[in-house]
Amino acid sequence: MLLSGDEALARGAYEEGLKVAASYPGTPASEILESLAGFKEIDAQWSINEKVAFEVALSSSIGGLRSLYASKHVGLNVAMDPLMTSSYVGVGAGFIIVSCDDPGIHSSQNEQDNRLISEVAKIPLIEPSSPAEAKEFVKTAFEVSEDFDTPVMIRLTTRIAHTKEDIAIGGRKESGIRDFKIDVPKYVMVPRNAYKRRIEIEKRLARLKEYSENSRLNKIELNDKSFGFIASGVSYLYAKEMYPDASFLKIGFGFPFPEARALEFSKKVKEIFVIEELEPFLERKLREIGVKFKAKHPSYRIGELRPEYIPGIIKGGEKKEEASTARKPVLCPGCPHRSVFWVLKKIKAVVTGDIGCYTLGALPPLGALHTCLCMGAGITFFEGIKKALKKNVAGVIGDSTFVHTGIPGLINLSYNNTKGLIIILDNFTTAMTGNQPHPATGITIKGESAKRLVLEDICASCGADNVDVIDPHNVKELEKLVKSRINEDALSVIIARSPCRLIEKKRAKAPLYKRENCKKCYICLSIDCPALKKSADGFIYINEELCVGCGLCAETCNFEAITR
Amino acid sequence: MNKKDAVNILFCGTGGQGVLKASEICGWAALFGGFHVKKSEVHGMAQRGGSVESHLRFGGDVLSPLIPKGRADYLVSFDKDERDRLKDFLSPKGVDLIDYLEQGKNLVKDGRYINIFLLGVLSKHLAIEEKNWLRAIENILPSKHLKENREAFFKGRETRGSV
Repeated sequence: MLLSGDEALARGAYEEGLKVAASYPGTPASEILESLAGFKEIDAQWSINEKVAFEVALSSSIGGLRSLYASKHVGLNVAMDPLMTSSYVGVGAGFIIVSCDDPGIHSSQNEQDNRLISEVAKIPLIEPSSPAEAKEFVKTAFEVSEDFDTPVMIRLTTRIAHTKEDIAIGGRKESGIRDFKIDVPKYVMVPRNAYKRRIEIEKRLARLKEYSENSRLNKIELNDKSFGFIASGVSYLYAKEMYPDASFLKIGFGFPFPEARALEFSKKVKEIFVIEELEPFLERKLREIGVKFKAKHPSYRIGELRPEYIPGIIKGGEKKEEASTARKPVLCPGCPHRSVFWVLKKIKAVVTGDIGCYTLGALPPLGALHTCLCMGAGITFFEGIKKALKKNVAGVIGDSTFVHTGIPGLINLSYNNTKGLIIILDNFTTAMTGNQPHPATGITIKGESAKRLVLEDICASCGADNVDVIDPHNVKELEKLVKSRINEDALSVIIARSPCRLIEKKRAKAPLYKRENCKKCYICLSIDCPALKKSADGFIYINEELCVGCGLCAETCNFEAITR
Repeated sequence: MNKKDAVNILFCGTGGQGVLKASEICGWAALFGGFHVKKSEVHGMAQRGGSVESHLRFGGDVLSPLIPKGRADYLVSFDKDERDRLKDFLSPKGVDLIDYLEQGKNLVKDGRYINIFLLGVLSKHLAIEEKNWLRAIENILPSKHLKENREAFFKGRETRGSV
């Protein structure tokens, strides 16, 4: 079977008796839960955010069921609170934390090396290099988790999560079922108990270090003894691709670090080069124990590595940053977000936003979203910016993101007395990550119905003075409403509700274009719709195959050149 | 076959052109042919019209999931701009199928099948038996248009060109 790293890891977990999985969508991790949900034996859920997912998965492991949490690297940031004390309470049945990092920032808001987090959280780190290893290492992860009473991190990166490889599949073992035991000193982290567990953690780490020294996940491959690499993750494969005859110390169990094995390797190989993506995690470990090695120029800590970089890295060269030439993504034809941004741009509002398809509203020529930091910040940044600017500010947030972390922000606006306008972009889905459901859609990942969270009721309960629901395709009405709310002395939420065009397949007729009326002002092109292009002769071409007939371009035209 | 013998194919285009489907079919065909296969892609924003590229490698023992720049044996492009952007990946002896894109647009009236036509062209060059290609097509593509897809594949496979 051709399985991606995500799918292979999921398959591995299935075969090792996984019972419970909790996650929130985030590229490149989303497919892990989607894959797990396909197995009837596994209770798989989209939690509302990663903190909740982590706590649900950890507690179900404590209850006696093998459990798994998965997220992208920034998702783990949301779960930091439970993560940092999870090594204290330990587990019941095995508990695996999967972090899918995104070196090179293919689709994230930052670049982050979560190997470092395993060390801060004091939990062991397992790093597969390939989809096959992502499946294979799950067994070890569960065993280590149960034998040492610790959560275990499996860390993937985009090039493992989204690479497909042929994987052998096997049957499921109902493994690791444990009984829940009441154990207040272990599970209730009041200071006295936490301090005792803190001591236990250090003892555990010492035992884990010994395990790491003997783990077959750390492999010495002796070939040419004059030159060798110490490498982990996908970087190991890049180095081996370019230098197949070199010796290798492959690190698959990276924390606690196998110091003795590294020293053993350093005595057997003359010249050693360390290859790793992002932070000098391996480098620091080796420096601590006095292994002599060369490493990449610090400029290569930025971005992902590629196999063709390895020869230049070995020569000691500095990384040459090249501007990305890739085509920029754009909102789909007929996307309801586009209408909202058109209105906000028209009134020249400063717009705070956050993570979702609507982040694309920031890109020129639309250029109608001005901040994006992290999930939920569309609302909280609105509060801060409003304190400074006082007028003409609006915050936008998606439906899924609002449920994720927007609600506390809205309560805060009301409680700390900020007035103004928040727009929830409700397209009935978690779109950018692949159209996953969420509580306000009323459907679960398994396709079962759930009690639908009613966003307008939540907004009223959070303290909003006005809550309006409107179809953003009614552009004139939307503009009137936004203008009336944005500087009003009230806390207002507008729910701009219209389905995502990737789930709503019904189309309306494309608008009509009258060349004779067209003044070539190109205001219509400023909405950046893929179905609207400038022809070679300077007039407008409407691509009827792409157009879904939303009519926004007709709204923008002042000369009746485009009409519905 | 040792690891030095990996065949490297770079598929590229924009979202909606069937880049990943074509790469998937090729990957399965190679798998049915008994090869070790790795296919690597970044597809986060493919639906939003962004660039899409897929690195497909098959052989005895494939290591890197990414094709090293300058080592692609075949460049299969569904969009000329994307091809121009990525042509440095082609090895000096590599085969660029870009000329077949125009040919395909003429020979295959329905744009939805151009990617399969190009797969047919590619298939002539690879040591994968025809039956494995057909099995992959049948497994991956919806049965509704199986006939049209097979026709497009054979048209590509039978096309004579400059390469």
